[in-house]
Parts: sequence; C-alpha cells; structure tokens
Amino acid sequence: MIIYGTALLAVCHLLGIIIGDLLGRALGMQTNVGGVGIAMLLLIFARIYLHKSGRLCTTSESGVHYWGAIYIPVVVAMAMQQNVVAALKGGPVALIAAVGSVVLCGLFVSFINRMEPKTETQEEGR
Amino acid sequence: MIWEILEKAAKENGLVTAFAVVGGVMLVSGVISRKLTLGRVQGSAIAILIGLALAYVGGRMTGGSKGLADLALFSGVGLMGGSMLRDFAIVATAFEVHAEEAKKAGWIGAIALLLGTVLPFIVGVAVAWAFGYRDAVSMTTIGAGAITYIVGPVTGGAIGATSDVMALSIATGVIKAIIVMVATPIAAKFLRLKTPRSAMVFGGLAGTVSGVSAGLAATDRKLVPYGALVATFHTGLGCLLGPSLLFFIVRALT
Repeated sequence: MIIYGTALLAVCHLLGIIIGDLLGRALGMQTNVGGVGIAMLLLIFARIYLHKSGRLCTTSESGVHYWGAIYIPVVVAMAMQQNVVAALKGGPVALIAAVGSVVLCGLFVSFINRMEPKTETQEEGR
Repeated sequence: MIWEILEKAAKENGLVTAFAVVGGVMLVSGVISRKLTLGRVQGSAIAILIGLALAYVGGRMTGGSKGLADLALFSGVGLMGGSMLRDFAIVATAFEVHAEEAKKAGWIGAIALLLGTVLPFIVGVAVAWAFGYRDAVSMTTIGAGAITYIVGPVTGGAIGATSDVMALSIATGVIKAIIVMVATPIAAKFLRLKTPRSAMVFGGLAGTVSGVSAGLAATDRKLVPYGALVATFHTGLGCLLGPSLLFFIVRALT
C-alpha cells in the first residue's frame, strides 16, 4: 500500500521534529535543533532496517519517492514567497554582509573539496 | 463573470492552484533551458529565478512579506512552499541517501558546519562595524543574520536588538539565501560539487536550508539530500551559539 511509505515518512518527520524540539529545550533554547536532519537520519535507518527484514515493497517505497521527487517544485514555490522586496531594500550593509559571507564560505568549500581523496572523486566522475 | 468563477475556484483550491502554477513555471523553464540556453542552464535553476521574480512582483503589488503568496489568488503557493511541505519533501530525499557515503563524510560535515556558522558571523560583524554599528547587540544581530535569516531575528530577539537592526539582519539572511540559490549552479565547478562528500561540505558552509536545497537542486538533484542533511543543523547551531558564545565574544571585544 502506497500510504505505508508516506506514513513512514510522516512518522519519521514528526519524530524528528519532536526530538529536535526536546533537544532545543534541553539546550535551553526556544528553537528546534536539527529536527529535519534527525528525521532524515531516522528515515535512512528505517529504510535499512525494513530492507533487511524485507518488509518494504516497491509500492510502499513509491509513497516516499513521490515526495522526494516533488521536492524541486516545492523549492520553486518556496522561491515564490521569499521577501525579495525587503531583501533588495536592505541596502549596502545587508548586501555586502551577504555577498562577503557567501564568497568567503565559497572559497572554503572549494578549498576543502579540493582536498578530497582522489579515488573517490574519480569513481563518482565516471 | 468568468473571471469571478475562476478566481473563486483558485481561492478555494489554493494548494491545487499552486500545483498547477508551479507546474506551469517548471514547464516554461524547461523550454527556456532547452531552447534558449541549449540545456546549459538547468531548468530548475531558471524556475527558481522565475519564482524569485514573481515573489518580487507579488511583494510590490501587496506590500506584504510573503511574495506571490500574499496575493489571495496564489495563497496556496504559501502552503506548497511553506516549511511543512518543504521539510516533508526534504526528509523524503533522505530515502535515496547511501548511508555509507554519509557516514564517511560525517566529521568533515561537522567541521564545515562550524566554519559555516563562525565565518559568516565574522563577516557580518565586520561589515556592521564598518558601517557604524558599534554596539555589541547590533553587531551580533547583523552577524547572526549573515548565518541564516532565522538565526538573525532569533538572536536579535534574545539579546534585545532594535527593530531596524532586526530587519537589516533578516534582509542579510534572505539575500544570502537568494545568492546561494542562484550562484550555486553557476559556481558548481569551482566549488567541486560532484560527490556526496562535497555536497555535505557545501551544506555545512553555505548554510540556509532554502539556499542549499535550491542551489543543489539546480546543480544535481542526487546531491540534495547530502547537503540538506548537514544544512538542517545550521539554523539550530546558529540559534545555539548566536545569543550565547558569539554574543559574549563580541561584547568582550567592544
């Protein structure tokens, strides 16, 4: 049943958010700490476990795959509701701070990724 | 009369309308990608740009803060692109993660995450200082905005920043997210975004779930879950360090 996959996804999502909130509370904050990341880890583990015990049929899997595939359109919808007007109004401080941090982080990304062991890159490249 | 019926149908079926609108934008973007750029610019990158342009138009028309979603006709876009469905879809991409790859890059992802919090903060604080903001609260709030647009106001709220500084802080974060969305596919070669490991480094350093996920989506769909996995901890770490450690350091220095 396709809903089993979607329900599994939903349960992982909710559990992740709850654990993230609890983690936030434990650290003395009002915000969620890594809830979505925790949900992703839960889903990865759930999939490995269910695969091993052979309890996940392809129909159920497609209940998750659909939502993974709808991801890009969701991102486009997200772009449609960014506060672009305010971002442009922020003036030079906001612009320079944003550009500066993006450029600096970009340099670090490039630097760290250039240190990646060669074999791995070649395998992926082919 | 026809217009009234159309408007009513769209308003009462917000999410369904959003699916149709976004589908239309994706279709147009795909055609532009193939015909005008000969496939050199990914369709999803163009779709995100069109989305941002529409957000600007919507914001201008309504004066609201949620772009196109502030128009009643397109309110469903707010639900479709809101945090609930966005996070649901992000979690779903984890289904395609190879656990081994993610485990191998775990520690470097954590280092990237820490750098991605501290470096933008330093830049933000320095820029704020250069523009005449010399009090620790304002500098910390603007610096936190350079981490993500959620960390900014959370930090500012916690340490008591003024509302104009908060707005500046949010604007910094939003601009950063938009730059990451647009520039990632262009800079993908320079950033060496090819492997799951490189996507995790990128997710940690570039921060902002929205920027990272959209940027990677427009670069290589397979890399999205790896980047998002790390990036989702970004806001949490920022909200943890911003009003505490980072603020104390800035206060001690001023």
